[in-house]
Amino acid sequence: MSSLHSRSLARVALLPAVSLLLIWMLVPLCMTLYYSVLDFNLLIPGENDYIGWLNYEFFLTDPAFTESFFNTILLVGGVLLITIGGGIGLAILLDQAIWGQNYVRLLVLAPFFVMPTVSALVWKNMFMNPVNGLFAHLAIFFGAEPVDFFSQFPLLSVIVIVSWQWLPFATLILLTAIQSLDREQLEAAELDSAGPWSKFVYLVVPHLSRAITAVVLIETIFLLSIFAEILVTTSGGPGYASTNITYLIYTQSLLQFDVGMASAGGIVAVIIANLVAIVLMRLIGKNLEG
Amino acid sequence: MQKTQSKIIYSVLAWSIAFLIFFPILWTVLTSFKTEAEAISSSPSLFMFDWTLVNYEDVLSRSPYFLHFTNSIIIAVGSSLIGLLIAIPAAWSMAFAQTDKTKHLLMWMLSTKMLPPVGVLIPIYLIFRDFGLLDTRLGLVIVMTLINLPIIVWMLFTYFKEIPKDILESARVDGASLGQEIVYVLMPIALPGIASTLLLNIILAWNEAFWTLILTAADSAPLTAFIASYSSPEGLFYAKLSAASAMAIAPILVMGWFSQKQLVRGLSFGAVK
Repeated sequence: MSSLHSRSLARVALLPAVSLLLIWMLVPLCMTLYYSVLDFNLLIPGENDYIGWLNYEFFLTDPAFTESFFNTILLVGGVLLITIGGGIGLAILLDQAIWGQNYVRLLVLAPFFVMPTVSALVWKNMFMNPVNGLFAHLAIFFGAEPVDFFSQFPLLSVIVIVSWQWLPFATLILLTAIQSLDREQLEAAELDSAGPWSKFVYLVVPHLSRAITAVVLIETIFLLSIFAEILVTTSGGPGYASTNITYLIYTQSLLQFDVGMASAGGIVAVIIANLVAIVLMRLIGKNLEG
Repeated sequence: MQKTQSKIIYSVLAWSIAFLIFFPILWTVLTSFKTEAEAISSSPSLFMFDWTLVNYEDVLSRSPYFLHFTNSIIIAVGSSLIGLLIAIPAAWSMAFAQTDKTKHLLMWMLSTKMLPPVGVLIPIYLIFRDFGLLDTRLGLVIVMTLINLPIIVWMLFTYFKEIPKDILESARVDGASLGQEIVYVLMPIALPGIASTLLLNIILAWNEAFWTLILTAADSAPLTAFIASYSSPEGLFYAKLSAASAMAIAPILVMGWFSQKQLVRGLSFGAVK
């Protein structure tokens, strides 16, 4: 088989996947771009006039945008901090000689497989409900006032639920990475009388950097678009206290039917995600070499 | 002596934390066997209650649970299979005929995964409305195939890349045709990788909760959307919510437990093995 032949065959084999993804990316994105400069509301039929940057201006100067922008940062940052911090700690613990290590790992991993709507509703109703939730029962048992989590700390409550879903993932990836750490290196460090802290800083953390990068990348992709957890718990409220950008655009498009403004918002979300992606791809591209 | 001591301490600590992390799932399963009155009792009991199956009977008989379960299976399995059919040739080509562009192409595919769904939400919604795809299984299978395609290609690529190329060359020297090469040499080696890719994507598609919530209503709603309808006021019936939830997560939890090794590899894009 000539290499020329196989090369063209290879190109043909790539075609379906590449063209489908290209269409899936470009066509709707161009349509969003087009809608974003129109005065287009599904509830107000008629001409959809060209209005230039007006939708963007309205979207970006809306206080709701500022609030949901910072909520998005807090949500992504908070969950990353909790899951990676907790994940490193748990991974190191699970890496020790313990009884039934495999079963512990199964228990820790379980929440990752629970669908978002289930975990959000279970937490909201059965744990965080101020009257019948388990936390309320516990608070009363200890003589404290039950907390109404979703009206007092709406964003924090969402962060807790999402962290519970993603901690297992971070732990599993980091544990797998730690287990591939060269034991001889650790022993050599011990012989050189390195303490646990310096072993952690000079051996474990550098070894984990690749795995941490992977966790940050994957979690960020999913966390930027958190939606179901907000929809079934707080519906973004009270006010906009737990609205992220994804949820804000959802309310503008499918609840208020303001296609123009929601499209402008969608484009803004794409730009933000791209900025994040460029940074992450640089990191992961470097770390995935070889 | 000191070793046993630290083993005891670490074991107790690890098991306690693991129990706490797993507790919400355990609690959901236990609550699903309680009566509604016991489920909201202010002095809840872990195991000492009258076990009952009435919630399961209620959920199965009073709601079209079976329909939503079937929808979940069709959407998750269907989209994963179609995704594989499209991705296998692409991943094969990138792994065995690598060019300078392969890395960029892979990165580009990954970047499509980073496109926020709200960036394409309105056009997709309007196209679906105009083509009568809203609230259809077909529509969801299409969307789910496309959003998971980059991950499928990536996962397959990392598996295929590890197949030694010499094997194919020696088959070629022995006079194998391209078809024979693929069927008799490549497939048997690649099958485990393909199987775990399939498994993982079924899990991802089963739990997807943006498009499934937005594009479906009564007919094509998978379990994610069905459970979301419990948000109010049915959600206050804890025992029924628990029974519906337990049935929705059980099959995937078991699958997930079996595929944890592949999960690491697949979702870290081969960065961690």
